[in-house]
Amino acid sequence: MRQALWTLATLVSHWRRHPANLATLLIGLAIATALWSGVQALNEQARKSYDRAAAVFGTGGARSLVSTRGGLFPQDLYVRLRLAGWKVSPVLEGTVRIGANSFRLIGVEPLTLPHETQLARIRDDSGIDSFLKSPWRTIVSPETLLDLGEADGATPVTASGQRLPPLKALANAPPGLLIVDIGVAQVLLERPERLSRLIMNERLGAAAPPLAVTGDALRLAEPEEEQDLARLTDSFHLNLTAFGLLAYLVGLFIVHASFGLAFEQRLPMVRNMRAVGVSARTLIAAMFCELSMLALIAGSAGMACGYLIAAALLPDVAASLEGLYGAQVAGRLALDATWWIAGLGMAALGALAAAAGGLFKAFHLPVLSVAQPFAWREAQQKHMRRQAVFAGFGFAASLAALLYGKSLYAGFILIAGVLLGAAPLLPLALAGALWLGEKSATGTVTRWFWADSRQQLPGLSLALMALLLALATNVGVGTMVEGFRKTFTQWLDQRLAAEVYFEAASDPDARRIEAWLEKRPEVEAILPVWKAKIRLEGRPVDVIGLRPHETYRAHFPMLSAAEAAWDSVRRGGAVLVSEQLAQRLHLELGAMVDIPTSGDHWRAEVVGVYPDYGNPKGQLRVDLDSLVQHWPDVQRTSYSLRVAPNAVSGLIGALQAEFGPKIARIIDQAALKKLSTSIFERTFAVTAALNTLTLLVSAIALLASLLTLSNLRLAQLAPVWAVGVTRRRLSELELLRILFFAAATAALALPLGLVLAWCLVAVVNVQAFGWRLPFYVFPGQWAQIFALALLTALVASIAPIVRLARTAPADLLKVFANER
Amino acid sequence: MSARRLLFITAVLALCTHTMAFADGFAGLGGDARGFAEVAPEKRLVFPEDFGAHPSFRIEWWYLTANLKDASGVSYGVQWTLFRQAREPGPERKGWTNQNVWMGHAAVTSANEHLFSETLARGGVGQAGVSAEPFRAWIDDWRFAALDDSPSAGLSRLRVSANGSNFRYTLDLTTDKPLVLHGKDGFSRKSDRGQASYYYSQPFFTAEGVLVIGGREVKVSGQAWMDREWSSQPLAPDQKGWDWFSLHLSSGEKVMLFRLRSETARGFCAGTWIAADGAPQPLEGNDIALTTLSETNLAGRTLPTTWKVQVKSRGLEIETAPLNANSWMATRFPYWEGPVSFSGSHQGEGYLEMTGY
Repeated sequence: MRQALWTLATLVSHWRRHPANLATLLIGLAIATALWSGVQALNEQARKSYDRAAAVFGTGGARSLVSTRGGLFPQDLYVRLRLAGWKVSPVLEGTVRIGANSFRLIGVEPLTLPHETQLARIRDDSGIDSFLKSPWRTIVSPETLLDLGEADGATPVTASGQRLPPLKALANAPPGLLIVDIGVAQVLLERPERLSRLIMNERLGAAAPPLAVTGDALRLAEPEEEQDLARLTDSFHLNLTAFGLLAYLVGLFIVHASFGLAFEQRLPMVRNMRAVGVSARTLIAAMFCELSMLALIAGSAGMACGYLIAAALLPDVAASLEGLYGAQVAGRLALDATWWIAGLGMAALGALAAAAGGLFKAFHLPVLSVAQPFAWREAQQKHMRRQAVFAGFGFAASLAALLYGKSLYAGFILIAGVLLGAAPLLPLALAGALWLGEKSATGTVTRWFWADSRQQLPGLSLALMALLLALATNVGVGTMVEGFRKTFTQWLDQRLAAEVYFEAASDPDARRIEAWLEKRPEVEAILPVWKAKIRLEGRPVDVIGLRPHETYRAHFPMLSAAEAAWDSVRRGGAVLVSEQLAQRLHLELGAMVDIPTSGDHWRAEVVGVYPDYGNPKGQLRVDLDSLVQHWPDVQRTSYSLRVAPNAVSGLIGALQAEFGPKIARIIDQAALKKLSTSIFERTFAVTAALNTLTLLVSAIALLASLLTLSNLRLAQLAPVWAVGVTRRRLSELELLRILFFAAATAALALPLGLVLAWCLVAVVNVQAFGWRLPFYVFPGQWAQIFALALLTALVASIAPIVRLARTAPADLLKVFANER
Repeated sequence: MSARRLLFITAVLALCTHTMAFADGFAGLGGDARGFAEVAPEKRLVFPEDFGAHPSFRIEWWYLTANLKDASGVSYGVQWTLFRQAREPGPERKGWTNQNVWMGHAAVTSANEHLFSETLARGGVGQAGVSAEPFRAWIDDWRFAALDDSPSAGLSRLRVSANGSNFRYTLDLTTDKPLVLHGKDGFSRKSDRGQASYYYSQPFFTAEGVLVIGGREVKVSGQAWMDREWSSQPLAPDQKGWDWFSLHLSSGEKVMLFRLRSETARGFCAGTWIAADGAPQPLEGNDIALTTLSETNLAGRTLPTTWKVQVKSRGLEIETAPLNANSWMATRFPYWEGPVSFSGSHQGEGYLEMTGY
């Protein structure tokens, strides 16, 4: 025991003498942990929010009835069901904006809520009387109260000018929700006598099936439907996870480099300890103990940073999830013990993985072997062969994933294979280039430069690999994002051809507004966009009815279309299918699709496939008359209008003045475009942030390697200095060398990045979202990446080079005095 | 009857807090009637208007109890109740903002079973309500309504139905007797301090119908008693619970008796002796004596389930026994309510209700 402690103390003394080495090790591990746990925190937060949203009406227990055609249904159906003995409870859900934030508002009827539901328990705590009578009450979680920036009893005003009943915070209320009485909700959401859902009290069945009472107006919500949110957002979270994993791996490169270096530096010490009788077992135990301490320290720091990263990114992630999927994610991080434990576990695992090689070597170290400072170089030949084999495995995995994989996971295996296959090739390629340089060099110093660079390569190769991965990811993601932006903007321009978009509060309101619009001279066309909700193969699909007006024929962007597609649609019996739905159901032009309608099934031909970027749901576009024929009860409230561009704001003003709350939503083209674009910008803001962090990590990896190497370099530089090369000249050569490495790495990163970009747009995007983007290249961006690589190298090399330039001649002389 | 059932209404106020029970119940009822209509002795009841709801008053109920027998003479009891409570005074509002909360209780009792059910509804949307002409009271799929839609039919032919998870019943009720107004022309005093309610009954129904208990169908017939009562502040703050009897004497006469138990003062007793032709005679408190004979332990409480009942002026001296001592209504606000039979100076059957134990 005592011996073990002394062994540990001796090992640890190394770090005291090499604080920079220690710092890079800790930083590497902390960063790896931070990025990974940060991303996990975001995922966990989102997942919790979905669970809470789904659990509001009962955790898997209570089922509900919803409108067959989607949207709201008349309250009268509730009363009819109750009068027929069905123990159902009415709910109205919607969203209200308060200040800059959106909140999910839920109206419930506490007297009939089944006991199993989460909301029923809230009722028990708060006392029911104040909830049920004026001035009523808005129940929120303490967290949501903070988000609102209000105190108990406050009455905030919504964006539509409605005043909420006094707020009351309850600890067990689900976060992100405003819970009010059903009657209050109908007023706040301006949906009089409308409901969105009926919760069924499973314990109290009734004789007649609900269909006998309400006809086909309502249907039982499938239990898996509640999971839609989680499923729709899966791809988003998987993307985040992949990024987190990449950053983690890059972080581990640093750890591996630092620990490897420390191990090499400690070889003489280890040999001495073995020679004086420390058993290999004790030594390994001590090293393991040391590693655990380091993992704990760095892991804790990493978790703290991870929390900060997650907190910083959460608003963007939440906004993306809301914009893309309508998912409400609580805006305040709440993480539990499992997150902390899992994060520390990842840190320990990472440290162990990065140090495994060193531990293994220490165990098998021959006691009497001489510790060689140039062991690396000798091992390098064998090592390179191993790496080539490893690269081969990586590429093989990629190929297999590309050929046989059909899922998003396969897409990520493809990318991981490409990256991990390409990384080990980097030292090989660099070694080749240096060998060529050495061969072609003429002067002595030049030859020394090349040879010395080859000598340095093993020590730097891991850091350079990290840089390669970071740069390639940058190129790949940058290309994808820019490509998406370009495609998306063009697509929006075409898709949003109409000038004004509005939704009426109810069908009769829509009729009145339509009649009013027909008399307005500036309105060139009134284009209904009515929507029925169905399920195809268990997943939600919107069926949109429209009149094949000139606007669509001229502007509606298509990926592929049959001859006279719009005429076929007009005649009925033909549909247009969104790209993601076509991809999921394997529909091509000419295929027949069976569409469940209010009555029977409708078999229609696919005559066009159109891009529908950003929509998590599948979509069918049909003729308006066909829609009304097959879904007679479809909600007829959404319209787009063709209006002379200079008359847009006037018309919107006039509509609002004339109809007030009868118009649920109205927006002009420019604002809609801005809104759509901002959703994507926020989504990619997260990607960009993670991207930058990864690059930063690789810069730190490079710095770490350079710093630790610079100590070893003295022995090699001193003779060169002694034969007359000045310190200044040496520094310049050092800088040149680093820049050469960075430039060569960047040169390799570009093709790798493009391969990565292709994988993202052609494989991952298709699997994750169901759409394939055109592959654009952006040479301007490459120049930026190249410059970024050089800058990264420059920043990382400043400190070591300044140190070299300032090395006292006495220190250089000492190299000869300390001749080993 | 009397202040009976009033407390159930507080159940709506305190829905979930069983423990709140009677401790504050009366304080709530006694104290907060401002803004609601007041019960005045000079007011005359008007029919069919007064079959319906009185939204300007705070609380109200429609109550039916039936003593029934099957073909082989086995006894059953049936209860059907609809309570209304306004949470706030003021003109009745439409939609969900309506002030009324409705609560229905239904039960079927046999010698060895007591099955009950409870349901709640908000006013203003049509889920529950009462119309006077033709008479129709409903909550969910429970009904208590005139069989014949002609306005003049009044309460002479009614059908009542209700169900729970393990029972249901439908009874047809007929009578040609007049309504019975309690107290002074329907003004029924509930305490010496002036608390009162409007209270009338129809105790002369002949009942016939079907009970389904756990899937077993039983044809039954017998007699039924309907109570109607409304008020805004019917109880004094110290009144803690009550014992209430509705008795069908074999002579064709009917008797209603109640005692409001007070924590601080002597209980307040009153009642009505109803002749076989329906003519009511109010009974003074000192004419009535209610004595507990034996008790039953039930749901953690001790309840007096057999009684000695005396009305001195009428020479009535009987002992009542429950059909099922376990007639416990474990509803949000629990109480004992069940059929009884009696013997002594008179024979017959009836219903007993006890709250606040």
